[in-house]
Amino acid sequence: MVKNILNQLNVFDQCRKYNISIWQCPQFLFLIMGIVIIISSISSYLIGLHYIEDLQIVVFIVLLTATFLFIISYAIIQNFERLAEVSRMKSEFISIVSHQLRSPLTNVKWAIEILFSRDFKLPINKKDEYITNIKENVERMAELIDELLIVSKIEQGKIPINKKEFSLNKLINEVIERYQYFVQASNIKVFFSFPQEIFSVFTDPSLLKLVIENLMDNAIRYVKHEGRIEVRLEKKKEKVLFSIKDNGIGIPKSEQKYIFQKFFRAKNAVKERTRGNGLGLYVCKTIINNLGGKIWFKSEEGKGTTFYFFLPTK
Amino acid sequence: MKTILFIEDEPGLQRTLGDVLRRNGYKVINALNGEIGLKLLEKEKPDLILLDLVLPKMNGFEVLKELKANPETKEIPVIVLTNLGTIEDVNRVVELGANTYLIKAQYTIEEVIQKVKRVMEE
Repeated sequence: MVKNILNQLNVFDQCRKYNISIWQCPQFLFLIMGIVIIISSISSYLIGLHYIEDLQIVVFIVLLTATFLFIISYAIIQNFERLAEVSRMKSEFISIVSHQLRSPLTNVKWAIEILFSRDFKLPINKKDEYITNIKENVERMAELIDELLIVSKIEQGKIPINKKEFSLNKLINEVIERYQYFVQASNIKVFFSFPQEIFSVFTDPSLLKLVIENLMDNAIRYVKHEGRIEVRLEKKKEKVLFSIKDNGIGIPKSEQKYIFQKFFRAKNAVKERTRGNGLGLYVCKTIINNLGGKIWFKSEEGKGTTFYFFLPTK
Repeated sequence: MKTILFIEDEPGLQRTLGDVLRRNGYKVINALNGEIGLKLLEKEKPDLILLDLVLPKMNGFEVLKELKANPETKEIPVIVLTNLGTIEDVNRVVELGANTYLIKAQYTIEEVIQKVKRVMEE
């Protein structure tokens, strides 16, 4: 009981739970407001004692204190709204995730039902189609869960980074190879522009791979007919600059500022494809920031998008 | 032969459920998004519509609204077949005039077929 009350009083601990900065935490701001009220009351009293003849100064001090308190209470209300928004996003998250998981799950469930059905005798030549469908959808679920786990680690600020030295060229080639099938199926041409030298970087290869995979996946997914993707790698002093350019649907200007937000999907992207969970670019940005780099993009609706990131080589 | 218009953007589901419906003696017309679905309704007169809600171009709610607003199509029974499962979604769909609402992941194909048969008989 006493321990509970003490825990409640530990403002810093309470604020840590919300995962927001201390200056956005209502409990902390309340504490500050309390301190300000105490200090200002005492100082008004002291100043009042000395300058009681000069009414203007007293009025001025009272006004100043009131303004300050007003600003702090405004900030507190704002941050309550923010917390409510976080909670709203969490429930939206659950509903999006359950939908995202249910779709591949239904595919698998129904395909298995037919494969094992006694009444429904599936022609031999159709069996492969059903099995491929199961395989693809199991992969879809696995990918979604991987991304969700990363997002949850990011939220808790526990993203593990294992840096080592490796060749960036090789990593990019691996990603491209992995997407070979998807690229062919989407009728896309991929061009590379790598200088001859090996780009050796000291960073986390599995996190970086995830970023490049996400960018590649987006470039392919949102390309329209006659797709063309250009991947470039350049050395700039102590940094490497990676860029991937596509001639896809582009990102509408009004939505560009939201593109790295969690769960955000541009209107035209939702129209073109229903898949996509709005997590990919959020994951990319967080990873690149954590690795000490920077990610940005240039895009024009209907013409295409180029994503860039740079990373320190050491 | 009775005809079913199946509006669904997942090719895998179109294949599995479509195959079983055909085996049960129905003619199945596939539409990959809401817009195509409505366009097909201009020339086809199905006996039943199976409608997904999360669709590209035009979502299932909009399709349902248009269907029910058009005197030519408003009598066609609609089974909403989706993975959205909140109370708000169910209520909205029922208000818009769908006959039944099924959450795909919770039903087997066999059960979906039974529902289709029942709604056709009504």
